[in-house]
Amino acid sequence: MSGLFAGFYSILAWIGSIVDPFCGPVGVFRWFASGTLLACGDAGWGDEIAYGFVVTASLAIATLPVGLLIGFFVALGKQSEERTVRLASNIYTTIFRGLPELLTLFIVYYGLQILVQQLLASFGYEGPVEINAFFAGMIALGVVFSAYCSEVLLSAFKAIPHGQYEAGAALGLHRGRTMRLIILPQLVRIALPGLGNLWMALLKDTALVSVVGLPDILRQTGIAARVTKQAFEFFGMACVLFLLLAMVSSIVFSNLERWTKRAEMGR
Amino acid sequence: MSFVETMIPPQAPPPAPPKAYTLARFVGSVTLGIWLALGVGIFLTVVNGWDPAKFAKYGPSFLSGLGVTLMLVACSVVLGAILSLPIALGRMSKNKIWSWLAYAYVYFFRGTPLIAQLFLIYYGLGSFRPQLESVGLWWFFREAWNCALFTFTLNTAAYQAEILRGSIESVPRGQREGAAALGLPERVAFYKIILPQAMIVALRPYGNEIILMIKGSAIVAIVTVFDLMGETRRAFSRTFDYQMYVWAAILYLLMVELLRNVWAWLENRLTRHLKR
Repeated sequence: MSGLFAGFYSILAWIGSIVDPFCGPVGVFRWFASGTLLACGDAGWGDEIAYGFVVTASLAIATLPVGLLIGFFVALGKQSEERTVRLASNIYTTIFRGLPELLTLFIVYYGLQILVQQLLASFGYEGPVEINAFFAGMIALGVVFSAYCSEVLLSAFKAIPHGQYEAGAALGLHRGRTMRLIILPQLVRIALPGLGNLWMALLKDTALVSVVGLPDILRQTGIAARVTKQAFEFFGMACVLFLLLAMVSSIVFSNLERWTKRAEMGR
Repeated sequence: MSFVETMIPPQAPPPAPPKAYTLARFVGSVTLGIWLALGVGIFLTVVNGWDPAKFAKYGPSFLSGLGVTLMLVACSVVLGAILSLPIALGRMSKNKIWSWLAYAYVYFFRGTPLIAQLFLIYYGLGSFRPQLESVGLWWFFREAWNCALFTFTLNTAAYQAEILRGSIESVPRGQREGAAALGLPERVAFYKIILPQAMIVALRPYGNEIILMIKGSAIVAIVTVFDLMGETRRAFSRTFDYQMYVWAAILYLLMVELLRNVWAWLENRLTRHLKR
């Protein structure tokens, strides 16, 4: 079984190396930057920066479902009939929208470390504990994202007329099925522009996780800048890569928006 | 044959049925309980770990950090507002070159992280030291505080230009035409008719931008400016006391909530003629 997985992963890695846009056979750095500081392999920093690009993109992609899920439930809580639920979800958004992202990250990173250390100490393990920077970043950014996301989803919920719920009830659908089959498709359509903005903010916030040691674009270019003493070129490169991510995601989002509005087109 | 001789006396309505104990109520109590426990826990750790010596040592530095943060945000927002005017005009200009240049500026500063821009200016301009020295600007870019102020001004100018453009374009065309029909010069029409209406639309985005700047200013701690975050990091690295982060969090939350409420009041006050 493990052999099967290993084979699967090696095939995946092989495909990744083929379509790698930076250092693959048709990569930008391989073709246009060989012999310069951005060359691939041991000669330059191309492959390190390409790795940072992958880490940044995967952190943002891994954070998205966490943030969306928490944000959805917080938005539900904000329009609950129960006062305590509304209060609890409002406290959540107030705190995590008011704190700087960097501070949230530090609180999560060091707080988790202390918490895990105390937990392990109660089991009799005394030793240094290091929290994974990727994991801490995922939690901190996910929490911040969900606080903003809940506001976007709340206003989208308010834009859906009450008759839609009643129609669901009239059709004999259970509450969960009404939500899934009737409300959610409309919700996505209304909330998508707002969620697109939040995604852009999330992409930019991932750069903060480099401060606690995650080898993302900014950290990799920072190391390269320190070693080669050509800071302007490498940090400029980092900015260009972030712009590239922003451009790609704006194309994806405009396509998604067109796709969710396909029922309205042609009129 | 019988009939009613007396009316039934008026009676109190039946008592309301007791509220069913729903799942939502349970979830609400649990989550509120978690928040309460967290609040009490933080309060207790602060009380238990209270050390007058630490407070006397780090209290003033926290206050000075707070001052640095507020100063940085205030300066960069005001300078950014001045810089945003030509950018917004360029964005709305009919001249292709100007509008394209302004668009590229805005796209760059809104599409890249603030921290990457800060590194680009603080570390990146260091490699142009001879050129900067020959121009006589090196004294400015040598200081981390100046670099942070410069970056933040450029960054917030891009955002504020978009706010300004959006709000000016949101003023209906009829207002401009009405001003022209009254024979007002274009300049007077802009300052007396378009801008006041645009500012009301822009008020809320401006408030959000200031809040974003307060939160974003925390990253200057990484380039050795001792703002609130920087003082917190220094105090934490010396004491390894987790309370420091709690204090910083409380201060940041206070600042943001205060500004939010002041802004809500301001907006209420300035738009009272629009209420029906």
